[in-house]
Amino acid sequence: MSGPNTDYDPVEVAAVSPAEVEAARDAALAAIAAAADLEQLKAVRTQHAGDRSPLALANREIGALPPQARKEAGQRVGQARGAVSQALAKRQAELEAEHEARILVEESVDVTLPTDRDPVGARHPLTTGAELIADIFVAMGWEVAEGPVIEAEWLNFDALNLGPDHPARTMQDTFWTEPADNHIVLRTHTSPVQARTMLTRTPPIYVVCPGRVFRTDEYDATHSPMFHQVEGLAIDEGISMAHLKGTLDHFATSMFGEGITTRFRPSFFPFTEPSAEVDLICFVCRGSGLDDDRSGACRTCRGEGWIEWGGCGIVNPRVLQACGVDSSRYSGFAFGMGIDRTLMFRHGLEDLRALFEGDVRFTTAFGSEL
Amino acid sequence: MKAPVSWIREYVDLPAEVSTEALTDRLTALGLKLEGIVAAGAEIQGPLVVGRVLTKEPEPQKNGKVINWCTVDVGAANGTGEPQGIVCGAHNFEPGDLVVVVLPGGVLPGGFEISARKTYGHVSAGMICSAPELGLTGDGAGIIVLPPDAGRPGDDAFDLLGLGEEVVEFEINPDRAYALSLRGIAREAALGFDVPFRDPADRPLPDVDGKAWEVNVDDPVGCPVFAARLVSGFDPTRPTPEFMKHRVEQAGMRSISLAVDITNYVMLELGQPIHGYDADRVAGALGVRRAHDGERLATLDDTVRELSTEDLVITDDSGPIGLAGVMGGATTEMSATTTRILIEAAHWDAVSMFRTGKRHRLISEAGKRNERGVDPLLPGVAADRVVELLVQHGGAIAEPGFTLVGSAPERPTITIATELPARLSGIAISAMTTVEQLRAIGASVTEHEQGSIDVVPPTWRPDINAPYDLVEEVVRIVGYDQVPSVLPRRATGRGLTRTQRLRRRIGRVLSGAGCVEVISFPFVGEATFDRLGLPADDPLRKTIGLANPLSTEEPAYTTTLLPGLLEAAGRNVGRGAPGVALFETGTVAFPSDNGPAPIYGVHTRPSDAELEKLVEALPVQPQHLGVVLAGERTRAGWWGPGTTAGWSDALAVVRRLADDLGVTVDVAAAARMPWHPGRCAVITIEDVEIGHAGELHPNVCKAFGLPARSAAAEIDLDALMAAAVDVPPGPVFSTMPVAKEDVALVVDAGVPVTAVEAALREGAGDLLESVRLFDVYTGEQIGSGKKSLAFALRFRALDRTLTEAEAGAARDAAVAVAAERVGAVQR
Repeated sequence: MSGPNTDYDPVEVAAVSPAEVEAARDAALAAIAAAADLEQLKAVRTQHAGDRSPLALANREIGALPPQARKEAGQRVGQARGAVSQALAKRQAELEAEHEARILVEESVDVTLPTDRDPVGARHPLTTGAELIADIFVAMGWEVAEGPVIEAEWLNFDALNLGPDHPARTMQDTFWTEPADNHIVLRTHTSPVQARTMLTRTPPIYVVCPGRVFRTDEYDATHSPMFHQVEGLAIDEGISMAHLKGTLDHFATSMFGEGITTRFRPSFFPFTEPSAEVDLICFVCRGSGLDDDRSGACRTCRGEGWIEWGGCGIVNPRVLQACGVDSSRYSGFAFGMGIDRTLMFRHGLEDLRALFEGDVRFTTAFGSEL
Repeated sequence: MKAPVSWIREYVDLPAEVSTEALTDRLTALGLKLEGIVAAGAEIQGPLVVGRVLTKEPEPQKNGKVINWCTVDVGAANGTGEPQGIVCGAHNFEPGDLVVVVLPGGVLPGGFEISARKTYGHVSAGMICSAPELGLTGDGAGIIVLPPDAGRPGDDAFDLLGLGEEVVEFEINPDRAYALSLRGIAREAALGFDVPFRDPADRPLPDVDGKAWEVNVDDPVGCPVFAARLVSGFDPTRPTPEFMKHRVEQAGMRSISLAVDITNYVMLELGQPIHGYDADRVAGALGVRRAHDGERLATLDDTVRELSTEDLVITDDSGPIGLAGVMGGATTEMSATTTRILIEAAHWDAVSMFRTGKRHRLISEAGKRNERGVDPLLPGVAADRVVELLVQHGGAIAEPGFTLVGSAPERPTITIATELPARLSGIAISAMTTVEQLRAIGASVTEHEQGSIDVVPPTWRPDINAPYDLVEEVVRIVGYDQVPSVLPRRATGRGLTRTQRLRRRIGRVLSGAGCVEVISFPFVGEATFDRLGLPADDPLRKTIGLANPLSTEEPAYTTTLLPGLLEAAGRNVGRGAPGVALFETGTVAFPSDNGPAPIYGVHTRPSDAELEKLVEALPVQPQHLGVVLAGERTRAGWWGPGTTAGWSDALAVVRRLADDLGVTVDVAAAARMPWHPGRCAVITIEDVEIGHAGELHPNVCKAFGLPARSAAAEIDLDALMAAAVDVPPGPVFSTMPVAKEDVALVVDAGVPVTAVEAALREGAGDLLESVRLFDVYTGEQIGSGKKSLAFALRFRALDRTLTEAEAGAARDAAVAVAAERVGAVQR
């Protein structure tokens, strides 16, 4: 069928007649438009644009026409085939797009399914809390000093003006290691780190000492034989209580927000003179002492408007003397507070023991904020 | 210290408009911290009246109880003047006694409304009250029986009982012993409001003639001042006057008898502890000395005490009759028949008092004051005041004679620059203010021209001995609230140390690996190690013992973090957690056996050599990391099954950490408790052991309530941190196409994968980018005692695409070395 049909009578060839060509084209276009999917379109393509389609056959007949008729017939058939081919391409594109869209629809999932496949870790709030505090001081140009938890009695007590008969030595009930005359204790505060710092460095000294400390307290909701403290020490020329107040106000504001500052009350600590208790403006009621709807007492500060935060003062010259700091040239301030207690009121924790039980539900609740 | 406000006001002219809150605010600002204000019985609503019991009929009840049917004269208070019928369950009264009656319509503390009601077959119209029923202290063993002269029936009992009186409780710091008295609190109030103070200690005293009683003080250091007075003809049956009883009870002490109450009352008033002896039971002269070895004393609390040669004692001819300044002895105790009273008021060395109190575990009101330091000028005054009250209320006769041995120790003269308070406080405090305020606290001040002053602190302030002590006094009066807020500006720190940064990093890596940090107590005992299955001679059992552990079960500081971790894991599992992964970083301690830590003086810095000795005596305290993984490691869900923690998870955590820190750790099989002997790895850095990881021994899992196959690791964190790479070099890698070659090698089952891998690396040469084991096969096809290891090798050159031949040659070379080193046969 590839060659011209020479004995064909062109007059008899109706296939290239305008009416036939038009009819074939219209039939093709209608079938294309009616094809509902790619499968159907494929069949339509074979039927109306394939080698045996009417228009293909008509095209083949053109060669058999007399030369004067060929041009016109050629144009007519060519236009018809072009229209069909265009319509096919267009419909093909449409159906392909529909097909792809349908696949995406079919692949949709329930996005509310759980995704908790991997284990969740967390750092302990006491660790991150101590880091938060350390960062506030590091940002002020302070350094973080550390020391051993099992400590020499001399560093834990004597060097800090807590002589053998000092009442505070029994106030802080101490774990002694065996034998007791070894003069080695579980440190009762992080102050020996301050002593170590003064003994080994020359002023100016600006250090903050977070760490674990021990006292022989029975374990209950508010007491623990092990807890955490952060203490600070500044030794420099011209240090005064004003610098202590400035530092603690800055600390309080950094940790609890704008407007939260401190107040001092006279107190007594062997290592400082003058000594003060530090209270913090309650960061929940902002000092009003009232709860949210202003009908009852604030639960965080129990209506006081202030929260007891820690102790502080000007470093007693006797401590400077024992630690080799020239007290005629330098003065210093020191402060200390409980990290555990600070977290308890910061987060409204009721029971201290939650910090040491290791229940992952407790620790993961803090995320990595703290 | 509890103080009734009315008592405070007796000695200080506080303006009436100063409220109790204003007073306590000011005193708190001065350093006497308010603990609380109570007004006992303030909520009682009348009528509460004095009644006289007319009749008392005991009536036994079926339940075995005996009640008393009483008629009580309440005067006109009931509106009729007729006796009031009241049922009373108490028995400590007789007809004729004055009692306290609440009539129908009254409301007692706790909203307890009184009405006439039928009970035990009578209409009881009111109630005869006990002290606790009115919110007062005192025993509830019976009802209140008033002294015969307390009042008349029908009188209002509210004021009579001191009900509704405000009592303030202060927390007194150890340096403010003077405030353990009304005298001291009133003095502070006067200071706070700048109003006149009337010193109750300011009274004329008789001349000292030594004739009250013979007193021999052998130890004037321990007892610098000893005063004695004598009264006779005391009537021991007299009750304590109501006002005194209330005040003693309001101050938190028990009312005992008139004579004892008077000594306590004067102690509260002045701060001077006083002891009264039954003079008829004292044999001969009083003496003061240190106890002899082996001496014993029965004290007032019915305890026989072995005395130490450091204890100060009071003696008579019979030997010790009192533990000086702390507690009297039983043999000379005042009794219900005592008529002659020997009064002792002495000043004691505070350190001796402290030691004696501590040694005998004796906390007494007297000891509390004596060990903090009492005004040494008080003994004579206090003794005289006691005599006055015994005469006034006990019908006693003051015997002539006043014995006063010794004299008050000298107070030091302290020289300070007048600008020191300003300099140390940061407040603008003038020299004039400094002088004024020091005088206000009772110090004597001598001014010099060069801006310095000599200050002699008052006798009642033994805490003031040095310049900074004076600064605190000035600043607290000027006001701590005046201290400005100024940031120091000279801090020039260099940020966190390497170790501090590493510790944070370690925490982040481990939490990123899905582990939750815990903090456990470091206390352990033999039983702890038994649960870990440690052999008897395991070095971890060599602990640092605690002389005073909280629990005898856990008397030592731990040598391993695993017990705390395993307990926490068991707790989580016990509370229903399907799986748990925990880590802890903390101190463990090992004995150094370097002898005792020296105690140095505090007047100069110890030398460097001395400090070194101090540090050397301390135990070795490395930082450890512990990890435990139990149960579900990744969760099962709609995506498919999860995984259960096992030995490899513990190793994975350790390796992940080491990788992050840039440390190469090596792993080899080991057998060590508490791990499974076939599933334990020793971890090394350059052949130095840093710890172990693997599956826990089944017995250990059981002991801690953990699921089977739970895994753990513990490593020396100090060693790991020491090896950490501080500045990781920038990596170099090729962007050329990768050439992948997989090989399967059959080796003996006992050959460790790391050995095969090392051989492959060695043989593959520089073109090898990575080698990774992706499958292990054991089975019939390769024969018993063998395993097949499938490795994926990736080759890549920096500068060109490798040809198939190059990659193949490198692979063959790798396999050849593996064959040579570990007998690997390619499948």
